[in-house]
Order: sequence, then structure tokens, then C-alpha cells
Amino acid sequence: MKTKGIVRGIVSNLVTVEVDGPVSENEICYITTSEGVELMAEVIKVNGNLASVQVFESTRGLKGGNSVEFEGRMLEVTLGPGLLSSTYDGLQNDLTTMTGVFLKRGEYTDPLNREKLWDFTPIAKPGDSVIAADWLGEVKEGWLPHKIMVPFSFNGTYTVESVKEAGQYNVDTVIAVLRNEDGEKVDVTMTQKWPVKVAIKGYKEKPRPNKIMETGVRVIDTLNPIAEGGTGFIPGPFGCGKTVLQHAIAKQGDADVIVMAACGERANEVVEIFTEFPELIDPHTGRHLMERTTIICNTSNMPVAAREASVYTAMTICEYYRAMGLKCLLLADSTSRWAQALREMSNRMEELPGADAFPVDLSAIISNFYARAGMVVLNNGETGAVTFIGTVSPAGGNLKEPVTESTKKAARCFYALEQNRADQKRYPAVGPLESYSKYLDYPEIRQYLDETIEPGWVDKVLTAKNIIRRGKEASEQINILGDDGVPMSYHVNFWKSELVDFVILQQDAFDAIDALCPLERQRFMLDLVLEICARDYDFEDFEKCREFFKTLINELRQMNYSAYESEQFKAYNDSVKKMIA
Amino acid sequence: MNKAYQKIYTKLEGITKATVSLRAKGVSNDELAVVGGRLAQVVRIKGELITLQVFSGTEGIPTNAEVTFLGEPPTLKVSDQLSGRFFDAYGHPIDGGPEIEGEERQIGGPSVNPYKRRQPSQLIPTGIAGIDLNNTLVSGQKIPFFADPDQPYNQVMADVAIRADVDKIILGGMGLTNDDYLFFRHRFEQAGALDKIICFINTTENPPVERLLVPDMALTAAEYFAVDKNEKVLVLLTDMTLYADALSIVSNRMDQIPSKDSMPGSLYSDLAKIYEKAVQLPTEGSITIIAVTTLNDGDITHAIPDNTGYITEGQLFLRADSDTGKVIIDPFRSLSRLKQLVQGKKTREDHSQVMNASVRLYADAQNAKTKLENGFDLSDYDHRCLAYAKDYARELLAIDVNISITEMLDTAWKLFAKYFSPAETGIKQALIDKYWKS
Repeated sequence: MKTKGIVRGIVSNLVTVEVDGPVSENEICYITTSEGVELMAEVIKVNGNLASVQVFESTRGLKGGNSVEFEGRMLEVTLGPGLLSSTYDGLQNDLTTMTGVFLKRGEYTDPLNREKLWDFTPIAKPGDSVIAADWLGEVKEGWLPHKIMVPFSFNGTYTVESVKEAGQYNVDTVIAVLRNEDGEKVDVTMTQKWPVKVAIKGYKEKPRPNKIMETGVRVIDTLNPIAEGGTGFIPGPFGCGKTVLQHAIAKQGDADVIVMAACGERANEVVEIFTEFPELIDPHTGRHLMERTTIICNTSNMPVAAREASVYTAMTICEYYRAMGLKCLLLADSTSRWAQALREMSNRMEELPGADAFPVDLSAIISNFYARAGMVVLNNGETGAVTFIGTVSPAGGNLKEPVTESTKKAARCFYALEQNRADQKRYPAVGPLESYSKYLDYPEIRQYLDETIEPGWVDKVLTAKNIIRRGKEASEQINILGDDGVPMSYHVNFWKSELVDFVILQQDAFDAIDALCPLERQRFMLDLVLEICARDYDFEDFEKCREFFKTLINELRQMNYSAYESEQFKAYNDSVKKMIA
Repeated sequence: MNKAYQKIYTKLEGITKATVSLRAKGVSNDELAVVGGRLAQVVRIKGELITLQVFSGTEGIPTNAEVTFLGEPPTLKVSDQLSGRFFDAYGHPIDGGPEIEGEERQIGGPSVNPYKRRQPSQLIPTGIAGIDLNNTLVSGQKIPFFADPDQPYNQVMADVAIRADVDKIILGGMGLTNDDYLFFRHRFEQAGALDKIICFINTTENPPVERLLVPDMALTAAEYFAVDKNEKVLVLLTDMTLYADALSIVSNRMDQIPSKDSMPGSLYSDLAKIYEKAVQLPTEGSITIIAVTTLNDGDITHAIPDNTGYITEGQLFLRADSDTGKVIIDPFRSLSRLKQLVQGKKTREDHSQVMNASVRLYADAQNAKTKLENGFDLSDYDHRCLAYAKDYARELLAIDVNISITEMLDTAWKLFAKYFSPAETGIKQALIDKYWKS
């Protein structure tokens, strides 16, 4: 029997409920308003017979005495074919099928199309012995093979009794019957449910990532690459190009599935995705971007509690596709808004606050979440990956704040967007010296880069970083002592670093060619730039030095704007070679 | 709100400067109440202990004050009669006119389904080149002025409102001085724009907590005209810093733990709820929000401007220019995030190149100025940049400029030709060939 309760207290979206039976942490309940609207809420604290629940909707008009019914389950998502190219709110309601211009309180829509027929092909055979997450069959979702799996919640070993023959079925069709160890038969359909706050396991092992995920963004791939199954974060003050960079990664990232969680950000940015993505083509497959993209959208004006849920919903969908042996990329913009949602609730529960009034366990919550990313080896030996990149919006642009600091402990790549680079329009404004990728230290990644790009690649990357560091030191000296007060080598060092900056670091996200720079091209450009920088130069005066490098930079930038290996590209290359001969 | 039977409570258990608490039954969250003749709203229910936020403050309220609950959150009556009227924070006329008749709507209602929005694409011309040329506004956008208290932001906003090609202008004044209120009123009258103006005014003479109602009142009216009537609505909110201050007063009185700069932890969500009402609807209707956030000595890292910057689509900075003695729109720190949606699409093809070139040359002038201040010699180019900067500030950046966008572009070309060679502007050759004024 379901536990029932009565509303006893309300502060904003935190409601205290007196319960008449057992409730569990994170259990879902529905509160019925006086008008008969049911509002979904989640238990976040229990004290005696009083449960504190966070309501995923506005609590306007709720009264002391309203009735509550507990569901005996946690917040779940529905998994199955049709998740891709959908647009959901933080609780996985399909936003496209909602009626009316305004979001209606208590309107919950089905995340999957129940009528649509899918082309099913069986994989498992009767008599097969299977466990949770094993593949039973497959449907084509767009161009992706969407595996129908033994539900993740199944414990122990099952024997396949029967599997549907190839044909067209909707998601609710029983496609397999399994028998458990006790001999009981269980039906399996194309869908299953899973609680979002629990990581989907069902894999054999989670090794260290051993290859990089190409994004086509030089400052990431060349300087600080992110691993497939890796984690990274992008902190930056407003106006530094966080969203442009994230969108670039979403458009170009080498992944089978992309889930974008717009978490507490501007609605117009999500509209931009709706408007642009259907037009755009995935550079890796030539298919429409939307076919591989799921959008989870809880914009800043939508209910705060659902904002927290939205990142978990997004992660769970990624884990689901990972279990099919696919490469998934999760982008969350921004995790600071999620942390603020936690802060608002903690505040209302009158918990003792940590730094900046954030809850004390913020760091643990963030680490736990980042830990759900990763590459896995499935039970059948195939691999899948969830790569996670989150943005952080530090208050006042100051990186010494709890969310940035906690995330720094959890994420392996750090892409610091800098105000002064943005002011100088040096985009993407990723600071070359503060940013890092710990994957460059992984022997497996070094080996991968040696094999796929060229031998000794990481050393070249470190050389480029060092050129920038030396250039920065030189520029500081020049600023103190004046142009005439330093030896010529300082000017040369400074301009070498400007060369790396303008040609490798900076990239025009709005130029059709420059926006996407494949790894092969990145190798070519870095080799060329390092070749130039490896030489010694001497000039009569610093004006000559500036002129020489400015011309060189211009030629190289024109190369970036030209199609790779085109006549134009080669012509600029020849002219560069002539200049340094 | 007339109920046949209304229970009257007469025993307050607690009083702070902004809230009172009492025991009552059957009270709903967010509903209004009257405490000793003053309007109040339920902000916390704890068993039978109800906390009410008293909008006009609790001065002089006795523990035996009469309390009645009205059963409804704050509402506004909406109809075409709103046009041309002035109201207080509660939506009561303050212009001596009759009460409004119309449909009663709860303020602070639900948000637009993001999937039902359209990408903003209509230009809002203001005649001010610092805005139209460099930071073009688009309908459905939300953008604040970041200004120090001594700057003429209200004047600029009034100009923008009057010149903008919109169907309705809704002013939400929070902590407006009486002088500024009269200024707006006079300015709108003078411009003959009264019939499309609606004002919700809380002046410095009114209690600060009342301000919390103003944005929701203004935006409820805006939604009526944008959604129901498919009109282009411009909402002006001044000053959002005073609104945020009122939020912190209430949260403080409710013993909430403050976060950065003693602002409530929910400041981001509270501000986003207001600003995100800006929308381009699939119909012609739209709500555009221009707000003012006053700064403390230009400090944008303070929690109020900082959170605002993360929510809004850009910001406009006012700055006193010492070269010309005029107030200009700072071209470096100002930004309209949506400008690329209209520049060159709704305006002439050379717009974005001219904008970039003119700002870049202005930046060169700033460098020359620094050189000059540090006692270095100036080159010929530096001198030309400095002279250009003066003209550029006077003829384009100053807030008293009022010309069409095509005239702005022509003015910029004129200045380029006066001081520079085509190559020095770095503009695409095709555009130079077409527009260069030799």
C-alpha cells in the first residue's frame, strides 16, 4: 500500500509532509492541490514522521492539509528508442508535445512515442544465458543501432525463452521472454525505467581512457585534449564565449550521441539550438546533427528543483547509450546553476552552510556526478564511453569559489576562459597556460597520440606551451623596460608566442572552414608553426621584427581560412616557407 | 475577492520590520492577506504558523492587528484600458483615473515553453548609434544598462522607449525618485506617446518591499499585450539593483543565510524569473526588456550585476567621455549578444564590418592615449587615431545622437575616409569599393 501524507509546511518549493508510513530518501510523491492538480516532488530529508520534499513546480496556492501520495520509487527516466532528437524538460517531459504557449503546472508528457513502429532485429537466441544490460535485439534509431537490452534492474542470470522475429513493433511490444533462476517468466519490452540518481552499471570494467575525443577545436585537441570517456570543465565569466565553445564542441565532437543539458541558462540559447541544429550536418557521418542529439532543457526560469534533476536525467540517458557500445558526449551548461539549486534547497532546509552558503557536501556531489562519466568494457567485450564537459559560471569571474574549486578536483581537463583574452577578441578565450589536460600524462594516451598523430606528439605540444610561457615572460619584461630596453631575443620570443597564439590557439568559430580543424590538419599546422619557431632570427630593430612576424601570422591565418591542401592553402604554405628560408 | 465569510484573526505572534507571523488554518502559499489594513503575502507556512511579508512595512502594526486572508495571490486586471495609465505597485491607479475593468490575472505566472519560442529576429532601432551601430537591439531580447547612479540612464531609457518602434511601452519603476517619475511622465506626454504607455511606479517615498511586485505587474501586463494581442511590447525596469535590495531585506527578515554580498542564495533564480519573460512568440508578439542595474563605482563583480550578466543577453555601459564632455555608450564593455541576428540581415551589408573597424580604430586611439600619458612619442597614425576618436565619440557614440542606421554607417565611412587609408580600416575590399567616400 502506498504511504500517504499531509502537507504541514511550505517555504517556496520546500514542502514539509507528515507521513503515515515508510518513506525513503529521494522517493517521488505527488501533492494534490486544492484545485486537483498533482505536483511531483522528491523527498530530500526525513525527520521523524515529517518528510521534507522539494516540489518540481511552483507551489503557489498549495495549502497546509493538502494530501500527498508516495510512489515507492525514485525519480526515474524512461529509456528506449526515440530518445534521440527529442527535447525534454529536466524531468523528461517531452516539451514538443505540450499544449499551449505557457508551461502548465502538473502537465507531464510521455517521453517516448508509443505508437511509432521500429524495425527490430533479434540478437539473442532462445536458450542463451543473459544478465542485465546484455543485448537482446536491435532497432535502427536514425542511423544508430539502438540495442534492446535486458533491463538494468534485473538481478542474476536469466535464460532467453523466446525473442520476437525481425519485424516492426512499437516500444511496448514484448520482444523477449526471459526465465529467471527460479523458473519464473518475465517479459521484456523495448523500454525500461531507471532512477536517475543511480549510475547504470551493467558493464565488466571501467578502464582508464586510452584515446582522445576529437572536437576540431585546436586549443582543445592540440593543447589540452580530452579523452573519450574523459571529463572536463569550462569556467569563465559572462561574455567570454562559454556557450559558443560548447556549441562548437556539440556540433563537431566525434561522438555517436550528444546530450545537451541546458541547465538554468537562457531560453534563447536553447532556441538557437532548436533553430540551427536541424539545419546542420554532422561532419563525421554526414547526417543531420539533430538525429544524434537529445536536448534536456531546464532554462533559468523553469522550476529550480527540476534543474537539479536535469543533469541527472541527461547523464542517465548517456549511460543508457553507453551500454549499447556507443560513444556519448554530455554537455551541461552550466553546472553552477545546478549547484545554486542545491544551495537554495539547503538554505530552505536551514542546514548549516559551507563556503558561500553552498551545502557542505557540494564537493562530494560534484565528484560523484563526474565519476559517472568514463569508458567502459561491456560484458560482451565491446566498449562504450560517456565524455562529460560541464561549464561553470563563477561568481564575479573569480575562480576561487566553491563550484570551480570542487569541479577542479573532479574533472581531468580544465579550460579556463579568460576575460582579457575575450576583451582582445582572442577566441576561443581559453587561457593557454592555466588550462590543462591531465590526459597528456597518461602513458596510454601518449601512446595513442604517438600512433595516431605522429611519434613524439606530446613533446611537441609541451614545446608549444613553453613557447607561450617564454613569450609571456618576454612581454612582461618589454612592458617594464620598454621596447628599446630589452635584447632582440625578447622581441623574437614574444612574437613566436604571438604566432602560436594567433595560428594555433585562436580559431574562428563562425568561419565555415576554420571552425572545424581535423586532427590531421592540426598536426600539419603545429609542425609548421614549431618549425618556424625552432629557427633563430635576428633583426635590425624591433619594428622589423614585428613586421616580419605580423606578415607571417597573416599568411598562416589565411591558411587556416583555406580548405586543407587546396591550391590556395599550398600557395600560402609556399610563401611561408619562402619567408623563413 | 469578496467572500461571504472571512475569518478575522487578531493575534500576531511575531513581528519583524518586513514580516508578521500568526496562527491560521487553511492558508495557501503565496496568497494575499490584509494585516491592519496593509497588503501582505504568505511566504512561509509551518504547521499553523503563517509568516506574511507585509509590503508596506510593519511600522506601527500592533500584535492585535486584524488579519484577513484573501485566498488569492496578487493579481492584475488586464484589458485595453491599461493603455496610457499610471499605477502603483499593487496595480491601483495613481493618475486619478478610474479603476481598470478586465480579466483578473495572477501575476508572476508560468514561463513560456522554450520549444514554443522563436529566435528573435526583429531589429529595434533607437537612433542612438552606440546602441544601433555597435550593440543592436533585437525584439525578445533582455538587456540592462550598467550605470553608476550619477549617470543619465533614465533619460537614455526614455529616449530609447519613445523612438523604439513598438506597440506598447511598459515602465516598471522601482525606488524611482519622485523627480524621475515626473520626468518620465513629462517626457512621455511631451512625445505624445501617452496612449501606448503603461506605468507601474514605486517611488522612494513608498516602502521598499512593495517594489517586489512591480516587475511581475509590468510583465503580466506585457504578457497580456504580447500573447493575447500579438503586440510588440517594450518593458523598462529601473532600477533592478533596488529590487534586489528589497529581496535581500525580506530574506534577511526571514533569517535566511545570505550568500555573496549579503544577497539571498536564490538571487539568480529570482532575477531570471523576471528577465526570462522576454520572448519572441511564434506570432508577431514579443516582449523586450531593457533594465537598469546601478553599479557601485563601476564594480560589475558585485552579486547583482554579476548574476544579471549571466542572465541577460548583453549589457550596455554608459561612460562620461573626457574628450568630448559627453556621455557615451562604451563600445568596449557593452555587448548585445543578439546583434548578429539582425546586423547585415535587417541592416545594410556593411554593418558588421563597419562596426568592427570603427571599434578597432577607437581601440588604437586608446593605445595612443596611453602612450601619450606615459610620455612616449606618437606616430602619425597615433595622431590620426586620436583625432578620429574625438569625432567618433561626438558623432556616433554620444547618447544625444539620433539618426538612422544607414546614416550611422555613412558617418562611419566619412570618418574613415577623413583619417585613414582603406587598408588601415582592414575592411573587406568589396565593401571598400562600394562604400569608400573619397
